[in-house]
Amino acid sequence: MTPMPASIDAVETLLADHGYVAPRALSTVVFLSLRLGRPLFLEGEAGVGKTEIAKVLAIALGRRLIRLQCYEGLDAASAVAEWNFAAQMIAIRTAEAAGGADRDRLKTELFTEDFLIERPLLAAMRPQPGGAPVLLIDELDRTDEPFEAYLLEALSDFQVTIPELGTIRAPEPPIVILTSNRTREVHDALKRRCLYHWVDYPDAARELQILAARCPEAQENLSREIVAFVQRLRSEDLFKKPGVAETIDWAKCLLALDVIALTPEVIADTLGAILKYQDDIQKIQGSEAKRLLDDIRKEMVPV
Amino acid sequence: MASYADLTLPENGQISRNILWFARALRKAGLPIGTGRVIDAIRAVEAVGFTERRDFYWTLHACFVSRPEQRDTFNQVFRLYWRDPRYMEHMMSLMMPAIRGVQEERRAEAAEKRAAEALLDGANRDLPEPDSPPGEEQVEIDASATMAREERLRTLDFEQMSVAELAEARRMLAQISLPVQPLPTRRHSPAALGRAIDARATLRAALRQGGEITHLARRAPGLRWPNLVVLCDISGSMSQYSRMVLHFLHAVANRKGQGWAQVHGFTFGTRLTNITRHLRARDVDVALAAAGREAQDWSGGTRIGASLHAFNRDWSRRVLGQGAVVLLVTDGLDRDDTGQLAREMERLHLSARRLIWLNPLLRWQGFAPKATGIRAMMPHVDAFRAGHSIASLQGLAQAISDPGDSGMRAQMLAQMRQG
Repeated sequence: MTPMPASIDAVETLLADHGYVAPRALSTVVFLSLRLGRPLFLEGEAGVGKTEIAKVLAIALGRRLIRLQCYEGLDAASAVAEWNFAAQMIAIRTAEAAGGADRDRLKTELFTEDFLIERPLLAAMRPQPGGAPVLLIDELDRTDEPFEAYLLEALSDFQVTIPELGTIRAPEPPIVILTSNRTREVHDALKRRCLYHWVDYPDAARELQILAARCPEAQENLSREIVAFVQRLRSEDLFKKPGVAETIDWAKCLLALDVIALTPEVIADTLGAILKYQDDIQKIQGSEAKRLLDDIRKEMVPV
Repeated sequence: MASYADLTLPENGQISRNILWFARALRKAGLPIGTGRVIDAIRAVEAVGFTERRDFYWTLHACFVSRPEQRDTFNQVFRLYWRDPRYMEHMMSLMMPAIRGVQEERRAEAAEKRAAEALLDGANRDLPEPDSPPGEEQVEIDASATMAREERLRTLDFEQMSVAELAEARRMLAQISLPVQPLPTRRHSPAALGRAIDARATLRAALRQGGEITHLARRAPGLRWPNLVVLCDISGSMSQYSRMVLHFLHAVANRKGQGWAQVHGFTFGTRLTNITRHLRARDVDVALAAAGREAQDWSGGTRIGASLHAFNRDWSRRVLGQGAVVLLVTDGLDRDDTGQLAREMERLHLSARRLIWLNPLLRWQGFAPKATGIRAMMPHVDAFRAGHSIASLQGLAQAISDPGDSGMRAQMLAQMRQG
């Protein structure tokens, strides 16, 4: 079992060793979350590496990653646990067939853990090999407010209640990471129980490090151009600015096409990897791409 | 029903009657106070004894106030009612523009203003109007005028209303509700006639009867309420309408149990302002004053395209995510680039579940979509409706609950095609 990092620096190196270049603020909040045992609430635009940090943490600490993907209408049955109805029915039938089914015993036996199908929240409360798991509650803003209320118990006391069975408490609190794209505001009651961090777009130097970590095959020169161009795009007035995930995707696209340096034609052909809205693509395509490219070339001259 | 013993108070009912009138004043000022509460209050005062002013205040406070936002109103009404009668007269004169003359300029606080109005109303009813000529005829005409007034106000253009009529209209607006059709969610809830079988509930019921399944519990998709997003133009050409719409918006945002999961409000003139937090203030005057301070561009020019662009970029993903209905209140008179306006309208239309455009210009019979801004916006709305009077806002309620309603959109588009 990997020991918990003892300092902010240790968190930073731990994450960096596993290919996640975290800024100081993020390392700090991750460290605090690990040390204080508080859930970590990460908010930010799509593709800035919110989900990734949970994955990397799980791998780095050697814990199991349990992921709860939120969606509209998510309920306790699919988030916590469900009863295996078919097995319960069979149990009733066999008890009847055996004759003289003991009614009282049936009652206690039907709602036991044997008939329980575990879902992510319950699984996260169970002890796991390698220590308490990393529980990733992804895109919380996609679910509705009633479900948030359900999470309150799980996140503040690290326990879940199944009406027929009682309360199940985690022997060791899981490492909880919640993410949100902020398509709506998450309720204060839930935020209050968490450490909050807004994950922003990285600056050029950090994005270059990220690209080096995630896409090491790319030539230094190409990486610099890619990062400069994406950084420049983010300062443009776009409906959806490209995230880090798009930068990495784009770099991989360009590598697959054996591109050595950016040209307006290459950009026009691969723009779909970084911009996902037709309005944005139209705005950047053609002469605008050339202008941006010329701009960054001018700035990049001294290497 | 509880039976009450005869009320025995010192000073022989004088104080009870005062409390009764005080309660009526509070009711006028908007506090929900029934007769039961008045009896409670009189009994409470009886129990506490009428000794100290402070005790008296808190005794009545305990009986009449049931929400934190009512405290201000209570405080002001109390101050006005239980103090020097001369101050009352002063306040009354403040409220009557005719008598005001060159009195000191003093801006009544929001709650105070309403408290004074409430008290005045009672005073007017008791005392004969000193100026009015006596005679029963006069009273009769006055009464019939009152009956007709509400009807007339319903259809009167906001811009043609006098100050008094506007105040009356605001009171009427506060009563309108905006009912909404709930949306089905993917989450199931128990339903007697549902399609799906609720295995868990069935088995639990069976176990209560010793493992014998006697009936199947059922469930059906539940319902949820959509959000409402209102974008209100507050430029110079719209000022009177937008004030009324904001009053309406405040009433909708603060009405409990009528639907709408959340109501978001934005104003725009030359720039976009989010006033959602200010709308939460219970007192409509406080809410609108705060919103007015926040939005610096009241009665200025309009840049609809740029404002919508700001909304689409910064807010649409945050407030339109859960199937929100968008209400756009503007006259569509925009002198900026119509290309941008059309693009932003299209984007807004694509991200909203339903986009309803309220245009006060539609009040004119011969309204034709001639302005370039209007022509650019029209193809991208689901419904196009008038928004210049109380009746038209009531019509909006119907438009929102009927998903197929498109108002005047079809006629407008036909006119645009013709020329």
